[in-house]
Amino acid sequence: MTRPKPESVQVVKQRRDAALRALVNGVPYIQFLGVEFDRRGDELTAVLPFSDKVIGNPLLPALHGGCTAAFLEITAIIELAWASLWEEMEAGRLDPTTLHPTHLPRLPKTIDFTVDYLRSGLPRDAYARARINRLGRRYASVHVEAWQDNRSRLFAQATGHFLMPDPDE
Amino acid sequence: MSDTRSRNARQFIEAIPHARALGMRLDAVGDGVAELSMPYDERFVGDPATRVIHGGAVFALMDTCCGTAVLNHPSGVAGTATIDLRIDYMRPATPGQRIRTRAECYQITRAVAFVRATAVDDDDSRPVASAAGAFTVERAT
Repeated sequence: MTRPKPESVQVVKQRRDAALRALVNGVPYIQFLGVEFDRRGDELTAVLPFSDKVIGNPLLPALHGGCTAAFLEITAIIELAWASLWEEMEAGRLDPTTLHPTHLPRLPKTIDFTVDYLRSGLPRDAYARARINRLGRRYASVHVEAWQDNRSRLFAQATGHFLMPDPDE
Repeated sequence: MSDTRSRNARQFIEAIPHARALGMRLDAVGDGVAELSMPYDERFVGDPATRVIHGGAVFALMDTCCGTAVLNHPSGVAGTATIDLRIDYMRPATPGQRIRTRAECYQITRAVAFVRATAVDDDDSRPVASAAGAFTVERAT
């Protein structure tokens, strides 16, 4: 019995990075805020680089609470879309080279989103990771944590519920 | 008097870089209430398939509107920050239409303000989103 030769690490990385890039680059608001995603295997970390347009209080200065919320909601939606995409891609059912901003898997829709502001956002880059607590055929529940200098000192967290795209659509 | 208040509130919004980046406009302000709106902009699209504005942009508009309502509460509020805010997205905002939101600070204590808000597009009869949250209250000393 012969096993197929495993794919080279570069090929695997290129495929996964291309899929993530297509997903993230397809959403104008992610580009507008300048949010980027770091990938380690299937784990994503969202990064919000500090810039003038994310400031809410120019005197402190501090991040705008609404911008923090948007950053967390983006992180949750991309995590959900990525989880579905990953599964399809790793099972060989989806070829990421066919992904294009005009031809992407449908995104989940936010039903509700609750943000808990723990401390004010400092004028530095912010990071966030989402955890999918429930992923059903129609509904998903996602928790997101955001931090700046210390991973253990969150400056905001959020929980959201999402309507998953209909696979037949 | 109320002209002064509108002017102050408008200047307050215009001084927020993130509000400026999103093109937010103060439409009205009163005792513990505020009305803000935001234009449709292709850069704020959250779903490329439908061209609907990202929920995060609506959240930012509603958060700013709620904060403005707290600052205009007649009991005298010197400063405020969001403690928590929940938004329910009832329907997608129609692409191309302005999003308008109205917030009301309906209860306030020495330290906490309770606020709710709704958002609509050109069709006022069906809300796009509603929000409820708690805000800190800093009293002038």
